[in-house]
Amino acid sequence: MAMTEGANRYLPDYSSHPVQHHFSPYSDNGGSIVSIAGDDFVVIGSDTRLSSGFSIHTREQSKLFQVSNSTVLGSTGCWCDTLTLTRLVEARMKMYEHSHNKVMSTPAIAQMLSTMMYYKRFFPYYVSNVLAGLDTEGKGCVFSYDPIGHFSRSDYRAGGSAGALLQPLLDNQIGLKNQEGVTAAPIPLKRAVAILKDVFISAAERDIYTGDGIEIKIITKDGVRTESFGLRKD
Amino acid sequence: MASVLLAENQEPGFSFENCRRNAFLAKKGNALPKATKTGTTIVGIIFKDGVILGADTRATEDTIVSDKNCSKIHYLAKNMYCCGAGTAADTEVTTQMICSQLELHRLSTNRDIVPVVTACKFLKQMLFRYQGHIGAALVLGGVDNTGPHLYSIHPHGSSDKLPYTTMGSGSLAAMAVFEAGWKPELTEEEGKLLVRNAIAAGIFNDLGSGSNIDVCVIRRGSVDYIRPYETANLKGEKQMSYNFKKGTTAVLDVKTVPIIIEDVVVHHTGESAVESMDTSS
Repeated sequence: MAMTEGANRYLPDYSSHPVQHHFSPYSDNGGSIVSIAGDDFVVIGSDTRLSSGFSIHTREQSKLFQVSNSTVLGSTGCWCDTLTLTRLVEARMKMYEHSHNKVMSTPAIAQMLSTMMYYKRFFPYYVSNVLAGLDTEGKGCVFSYDPIGHFSRSDYRAGGSAGALLQPLLDNQIGLKNQEGVTAAPIPLKRAVAILKDVFISAAERDIYTGDGIEIKIITKDGVRTESFGLRKD
Repeated sequence: MASVLLAENQEPGFSFENCRRNAFLAKKGNALPKATKTGTTIVGIIFKDGVILGADTRATEDTIVSDKNCSKIHYLAKNMYCCGAGTAADTEVTTQMICSQLELHRLSTNRDIVPVVTACKFLKQMLFRYQGHIGAALVLGGVDNTGPHLYSIHPHGSSDKLPYTTMGSGSLAAMAVFEAGWKPELTEEEGKLLVRNAIAAGIFNDLGSGSNIDVCVIRRGSVDYIRPYETANLKGEKQMSYNFKKGTTAVLDVKTVPIIIEDVVVHHTGESAVESMDTSS
């Protein structure tokens, strides 16, 4: 059996037939986002580490973008796509304000973001989005997206590189799944923020792309408040 | 004719029979499971009185941390230790095999101390025999009758004899520290600090390395295996308690099997046994 197809074993850089070289337009810059919605608030947090491969670009890049007084978009994945997508969302929101004379509501932004992403169905934004805000009734809402714009509303969501590690934890603690004898009650703000911090502490233990610190934005009818918290730096 | 009861002569080395099957499966979309690699920063330096080895303690499975405190400095002989980077199973088993080979060699050559170059030869001969398929990148250090020695050994079987060396995904970060800070005739304290700084550079700047710093100091006649030398990273303090109340897990079915007691025998032991011995003649 040939050791490697095509390449000459004595001159591995030369081959006897054409070799296809591959340029990838995407890079994975890591990062995780978690969002929890309550009756009259929503909290969204992201870690602040930007990386590629095994190296760190910066320890202080938050992935949260406040697009209005009641909506925050968390975007992680390919950082170049994140920057362009958020720039486009802000531009479209400005256009809407100029034509409709009002700020876009969170569900409206959610729908618009979905169509914007589907426009690039055949060269997608390599981004994992979580949109958090207060809906028209003042209730907290969380919308999560796949890279081509499918979205759904939920009460809590974890996205990004540690999303798969954190979602089951949120299902248990907030969704009260697989627990007997617990009564579903609306989650208070303090508990939501505490769970958010603990969930990121756990993510930083096991996911190499999550760490350095977190930025948390708390959205209530009084506006958006920001909090920071340190994480492991290794 | 081969059967389960009477196996054919096992050929030594790896059998590559399944490679074609694996390639076919991979093309169909069933990729091979990834072996645990250590991602890693390992270093070694020669100082005035001997050798200092250092390592981080994180083991990764691709991008998930599988062990937060694994031991990467392996025992080879009482005067030699070996740090391992690459595939975790390969470094573990290779160092253990060469450890026994060294002991047998020591006994058959009637020595007290085996030269470090012997261990290096054993390791590189084995790795070359497997043509790089054993993914073990090693930093071997020890002190023998001719002084301290430090070798770095690559998976294909080449070795380099150096005064300071680094291996693993964090080797560039660690080597930057060495190139700035190493000089000949370092004292033990200076050496330990330099090794600590190199591993810390790997831990904080390389995502494949993390957690704690282990250090091993080998001098003529004594070894300090310091694990951990420094706990550089602690888990964040939890904001809430996650203890579950009794009864939280749903009980679907209960089956009680009583243990039937057939017979009870009591044996007295200790002082009472001595006391109860009848010594009346």
